[in-house]
Amino acid sequence: MEYCLFTILAILAIASAALTITLKDTVKSALALVFHFFMLAGIYLTLSAQFLAIMQIIVYAGAIMVLVLFVIMLLSTGDENEALLRKSKLKQAFAFTISLAMIILIASYITLEFGIKPIVTDFNTLNGSVNAVGGELYTNFLFPFEAIGILLLSAIIGAVMLSKKKI
Amino acid sequence: MLQEFYLILSAIIFTIGTVGVLTRSNAIVIFMSIELMLNAVNLSIITFASFSNDPVGQVFVFFVMAVAAAEAAIGLAIVIALYRLKKTMFIDNLKLLRN
Repeated sequence: MEYCLFTILAILAIASAALTITLKDTVKSALALVFHFFMLAGIYLTLSAQFLAIMQIIVYAGAIMVLVLFVIMLLSTGDENEALLRKSKLKQAFAFTISLAMIILIASYITLEFGIKPIVTDFNTLNGSVNAVGGELYTNFLFPFEAIGILLLSAIIGAVMLSKKKI
Repeated sequence: MLQEFYLILSAIIFTIGTVGVLTRSNAIVIFMSIELMLNAVNLSIITFASFSNDPVGQVFVFFVMAVAAAEAAIGLAIVIALYRLKKTMFIDNLKLLRN
C-alpha cells in the first residue's frame, strides 16, 4: 500500500517538476509547480509528517504560489493577457480537474490509512504530529522561532522598500 | 530500503531544479526552480527525521519553510524592481554588473 502510493506520488512529482522547467508559458509552469507541491505534501504524509504536509499546502501551494502568480499577472504583456482570456474555459476545466483529483487522492489515502482499519489510535504519539513538532518548537527552539518572526518582519519591510517607485 | 527511494526522489527533484536554474532565462521560472531545489532538500531532511523517529528535523524544515517565504517576498520584489528598471523579465537582457 505504502509502496504503491509512494510510487504514484513520486512519478507525478517528477513529471510535474519536469513540466515546471520545460513549459514556455509561465502561468502553466506555475500551475505545474502547485501540482508538484501537492504531490510533495502527499509524500510527506507517507512519511507520517502530517504537520509539515499541511504547512506545505498552506505556505507553498497557498501563499508563495499565489504571490508568484500575482507577479506573473502583474508583469505579463498585453498579447499574453488576450491569450489567457481566450483559453480561460480550458484553464478552468484544467484547474477543476486537478483540484478534484487532489481531493479524491487525499480523501482516499485518509480513508484507506485511517478510516477502514486504524493503524494508529493515538495521533498525538506520532513523531510528525502537531503535538510533537509544536512541543519541540515552543520549548527547545523558542529563540529561533522568535528570530523567524523578526526575519519575516524585515522581509516584509524589504519587499515594500524594493517594490516602491520612490522611497 | 524505502528510505533510499525517498532520497533518490529528492536527488532527482533537486537535479531538475538545478537544470531549470541553468537553462531557463525567465527570472520567475528561475525563482520557481529554486523553490523546487528547496523542496527537494526539505524532503530529504523530513526523510531522515522520520526514519530516525525525531521531531527535531521537522522543526528544522519548519524554519526552512519560513525562510523560503521571506525569500519569496524579497525575490519577487527584486523581479518587480528589475522589470520596472529594464522592462524585461529575461536575465539575458540584464547585464548591469558586467564590465
